[in-house]
Amino acid sequence: MTTARPPIAMLAELTHRCPLSCPYCSNPIEMARQETELATQDWARVFAEAADLGVLQLHLSGGEPATRRDLETLVRAAREAGLYTNLITSGIGLTERRLDALDQAGLDHVQLSLQGTTPEMADEIGGYRGGFKRKMQVAEWIGAIGFPLTLNAVLHRRNLHQLPRAIEMAVEMGARRIEVATVQFHGWALKNRDALMPTREQAAEATRIVQEARLRLKGTLVIDYVPADYHSDYPKRCMGGWGSTGLNVTPDGQVLPCHAAQTIPHLSFDNVRDKPLSEIWYEGAAFNAYRGTDWMPEPCASCERKTVDFGGCRCQAMALAGDPAATDPVCIKSPHHVDLQARAEAHAAADGAALVYRAAPGKAPEPAE
Amino acid sequence: MQEGEIPTLPRGVRLHWDRVRETWVLLAPERAITLDQVGHAILSEVDGHRSFGEITAGLAAKYNAPQEQIAKDSAGFLGALRERRFLEVS
Repeated sequence: MTTARPPIAMLAELTHRCPLSCPYCSNPIEMARQETELATQDWARVFAEAADLGVLQLHLSGGEPATRRDLETLVRAAREAGLYTNLITSGIGLTERRLDALDQAGLDHVQLSLQGTTPEMADEIGGYRGGFKRKMQVAEWIGAIGFPLTLNAVLHRRNLHQLPRAIEMAVEMGARRIEVATVQFHGWALKNRDALMPTREQAAEATRIVQEARLRLKGTLVIDYVPADYHSDYPKRCMGGWGSTGLNVTPDGQVLPCHAAQTIPHLSFDNVRDKPLSEIWYEGAAFNAYRGTDWMPEPCASCERKTVDFGGCRCQAMALAGDPAATDPVCIKSPHHVDLQARAEAHAAADGAALVYRAAPGKAPEPAE
Repeated sequence: MQEGEIPTLPRGVRLHWDRVRETWVLLAPERAITLDQVGHAILSEVDGHRSFGEITAGLAAKYNAPQEQIAKDSAGFLGALRERRFLEVS
């Protein structure tokens, strides 16, 4: 067994409930119902355990975390535990009063998602009429309070042409950073490859736009870029290496090495209701399954890049090659690479594919206020 | 960095003692940067009031080192933070 180091980041999926229904949602197809969600005091205990374990960065996510009415209490508990708190939100469900309360509670940073740069695009992709207008209002409140802001623009074939405007919007909002995230095909996105797969030309154009904007906006706006995965020659360094830097807790308390890990059928996951987080991180079967490099078959085992990208994404190897230990098919060394490139071209050329919106976990209530 | 410029850690960027790894880190939006002794010494002096020149003069006296060298090292370190929007200068 590899000796693991403490994790740096924890993604707390507070709920799978969300007023939006984005067709690329990273939540699993089988979502946790509201009645199974961890209670306030459970989360507070988990935050304290995470800080003791060495976690520094806490990402409060969902679903839409603002759907949790105890969000302010959770932020306070996380800050008291000594964690840096980052709210990952669509903005829907946040009011000026709630943002003030989050400020009082010590929230450190807000990451606001962007589904499109026009109401027409954003509301169609989010499946929520009026969402864009509301988001722009929330962005103003965030700016007025002075929270550091990252805009997270999720891009795909339908809205990649809006990338330049998204970058402008980030500057106008006073964001310090924009994440230009081309859709990764996990969860609901896997069902929407025909509708969302960018063309190779779009992917190249996005890279060019990002490179130009990075130079032009140096010192003003930091641009983090997640390129189009299927059109790449080497896989992403998924999770910085399995079980090496981060962990994910689901709304009902399961602890995952990444948010899509439940798609790997042979893995079993521990729950914070049953075991301390530290035991789960160091000894849990799921965390040790693909930790380090000992598990790797060829061509990864003898590859000079094996500690650069750790063989790519295990969930993608499962989804595309049917084997979670296989080399990520994005890699040029994978026997599936040529086939994947052909499939990417075919998905990108599939005109007129309808969006499959993510479903709601049980009943989806209206956003607060 | 010019002598008269005043560096500040903006909201959402703060020094933090990492009690598990027993080291100082700089916490920033979705980032944690491990600081060596020099980095921590420089950032500990950044208070939003004193200028870069005052800070480097103070460090030179405290560590009995030439101010020129300290200013050069500090400018590189702080400049890199500034580029990442982890430091503001007025």
